[in-house]
Amino acid sequence: MFYGDSAAVRDVTLGVPRGKVTAIIGPSGCGKSTLLRAINRMNDLIRGCRATGRLLLEGEDVYRPQIDVTALRRRVGMVFQKPNPFPKSIFDNVAYGPRIHGVRSRSDLQGIVEQSLRRAALWDEVKDRMRQNALGLSGGQQQRLCIARALAVEPELLLMDEPTSALDPMATDHIENLIAELRGTYTIIIVTHNMQQAARVSDLTAFMYVGELIEVGDTSGLFTKPVNQRTQDYITGRFG
Amino acid sequence: MRLGTRKVVDRSFTGLGIFSIALVSLALVILLTPIVVRGIGAVVFRATIEHDRVLMEHFERGNASTFAARNATAIAARAPVYEMLTAYEAQYGVDDFELEELREALQRLLGPAPDQSKPTLARDQFGATRWAQAQEAAHNVLYVQEWDYSDPTQFGVPVDVPRAKRFAGTPLESLFPYVSEHLDEMLQPHWTLYWGFLLDDSLDAHMFGGIWAEILGTLYLTIGAVLFAVPMGIISAIYLVEYAPDHWLIGVLRSCISTLAGVPSIVFGLFGLAFFINTAQVSKYFMAADSTGVSSKSILAGSLTLAILILPVIIRAAEEAIRAVPRTYKEAALSVGAGKWRTILTVMLPAALPGILTGIVISMGRAAGETAPIIFTAAVSVGRPLEVWQTLTQPTPALPWSVYNLCTEHTAADEIRHVQYGMVLTLVVLVLLLNTAAIILRARVSRRLAG
Ligand SMILES: Nc1ncnc2c1ncn2[C@@H]1O[C@H](COP(=O)(O)OP(=O)(O)OP(=O)(O)O)[C@@H](O)[C@H]1O
Ligand SMILES: [Mg+2]
Repeated sequence: MFYGDSAAVRDVTLGVPRGKVTAIIGPSGCGKSTLLRAINRMNDLIRGCRATGRLLLEGEDVYRPQIDVTALRRRVGMVFQKPNPFPKSIFDNVAYGPRIHGVRSRSDLQGIVEQSLRRAALWDEVKDRMRQNALGLSGGQQQRLCIARALAVEPELLLMDEPTSALDPMATDHIENLIAELRGTYTIIIVTHNMQQAARVSDLTAFMYVGELIEVGDTSGLFTKPVNQRTQDYITGRFG
Repeated sequence: MRLGTRKVVDRSFTGLGIFSIALVSLALVILLTPIVVRGIGAVVFRATIEHDRVLMEHFERGNASTFAARNATAIAARAPVYEMLTAYEAQYGVDDFELEELREALQRLLGPAPDQSKPTLARDQFGATRWAQAQEAAHNVLYVQEWDYSDPTQFGVPVDVPRAKRFAGTPLESLFPYVSEHLDEMLQPHWTLYWGFLLDDSLDAHMFGGIWAEILGTLYLTIGAVLFAVPMGIISAIYLVEYAPDHWLIGVLRSCISTLAGVPSIVFGLFGLAFFINTAQVSKYFMAADSTGVSSKSILAGSLTLAILILPVIIRAAEEAIRAVPRTYKEAALSVGAGKWRTILTVMLPAALPGILTGIVISMGRAAGETAPIIFTAAVSVGRPLEVWQTLTQPTPALPWSVYNLCTEHTAADEIRHVQYGMVLTLVVLVLLLNTAAIILRARVSRRLAG
């Protein structure tokens, strides 16, 4: 991945197993977000950003010229670092994606919204205030709402860029439980600065350093006996 | 800088700020007070029986029995005046210049004499309708203005000479004291609230009646301008923000838009005349096939011209509002698979709405008040209120232009000051209302967005 002439992420070869949670860790500025945003081509929004190489989703290159980017983004949901609900009602937020994709009937929408909110563990808190503006929710609730919004279009792959960095421990706990529940049904890639979090929620962990993938492996393995010296330094430094 | 100096500088800046604000407020008060006071005078004033008569005869309004009672008293009070005139004529004949002058002055005050045939012009059919006018007219009955050249070091000085002198010793001698004593009975002054000033047609070039045609014309022009400019402006803004490539031509285009906002409005007027009326002949397409087909001023042409005038403002406001929408909204929409166009329509525009609305309403105020662009393209001095479909082909009177026109071109500009002030106040209130609406709208939409 390049921003202008400078390469932000280089020579990354990473396989993400279906139905598993993969965590990406690494120091700030090492290109975790850039890599993540490359997968659903969110980097297209940034002027002068371009990609080389191949990125396969179920065997299909997302950078091939004829690809339908909106269809791709539907298959690859994303949750951002800062909760970003629309300034609409809670219902409209979750129903936004399904509506875009042609779900019209009120009862269908209601079904999808309820199911998504339940899966995001938010239903009980908001079921009586669906008409209220989503910006009135707490930060943690907003983040779960965003997860519900992403789930409502039934993506195959869910990208999460530091989903808990703006949240308190309680809300973080909520989201982590949520990830544990979603594991198996969805393929998840999560970027995090929180080592314990990576250890708790992921099956696979990848360590990145200045734009390169240093090491990837089974989470328990990587945290207990890292192969690479830099991985070791990073993990122990953070724990220390 | 030392702390002491810093404090002094701080304080002097505060003082300067307060001083400037006070100065501006004072200027506003000085400007607005006469407009408000005299403008309200167009609606609330001491009317005479003649005012009621205008309403009864031309607008079929008013309480018939009150009017009949007042009219009877007035006729009785006026009868001696006309008797004296008849007596004078019997003695000296009618071919008398001085008598003619007196009759004219009396007609300004009381309207045509009972034995006279109905004059053609409405302004000659009625006496003074407002008590202030009546007092002036009475003064002109009692006095004649003459020029005093006795002092050679000065130009002639006007002096008021009692008219009674001219008629000393005739049956008319006692007319003058009678008029000054019985003015009240002859004209029946009473306070009135004349809502019709806003809602009546004008009568005989604003000598009587209201300014509805002007108000309606202004509304048509403003709404028309907004109808054309808003879609174009928003679409241009979307293009500039979301689609325009990073090219020097786009930079040139941007500066062109900014420059357009600073072009004197008379230039837009000339452009409207040259392009919409002479070249494009926009109104010709809506005229009946058998009409002569000459393309001339119309509300359509005026609205288009005003639309171009306000377009840069709307583009700028919309552009800034769209740019100010947090990028996270856009990312969120795109990440669930919304297309670019969908994202703009369902997320960007709603979030940008407060800013866009503010731009629209501010430019509405501008369009309502602009004079120069409509002189050549839409405005006429007098006219009737138009139906909606007539806006395609007909020109209209409009508040800003009529204010200028009545002040400078009207034959009786002095007598209709109240109309001029009434129009100015109406325009100011209209623009003020639009701006208030902008503030309220903005607050409501922002509140809805903020939850
Ligand atoms: N829009 C951009 N334009 C230019 N360079 C960028 C842009 N976004 C990121 N970069 C650069 O790309 C590199 C990787 O950034 P990225 O945001 O992927 O880091 P990150 O690993 O997500 O960091 P953090 O943990 O702080 O979020 C950085 O050196 C950054 O300066
Ligand atoms: Mg990041």
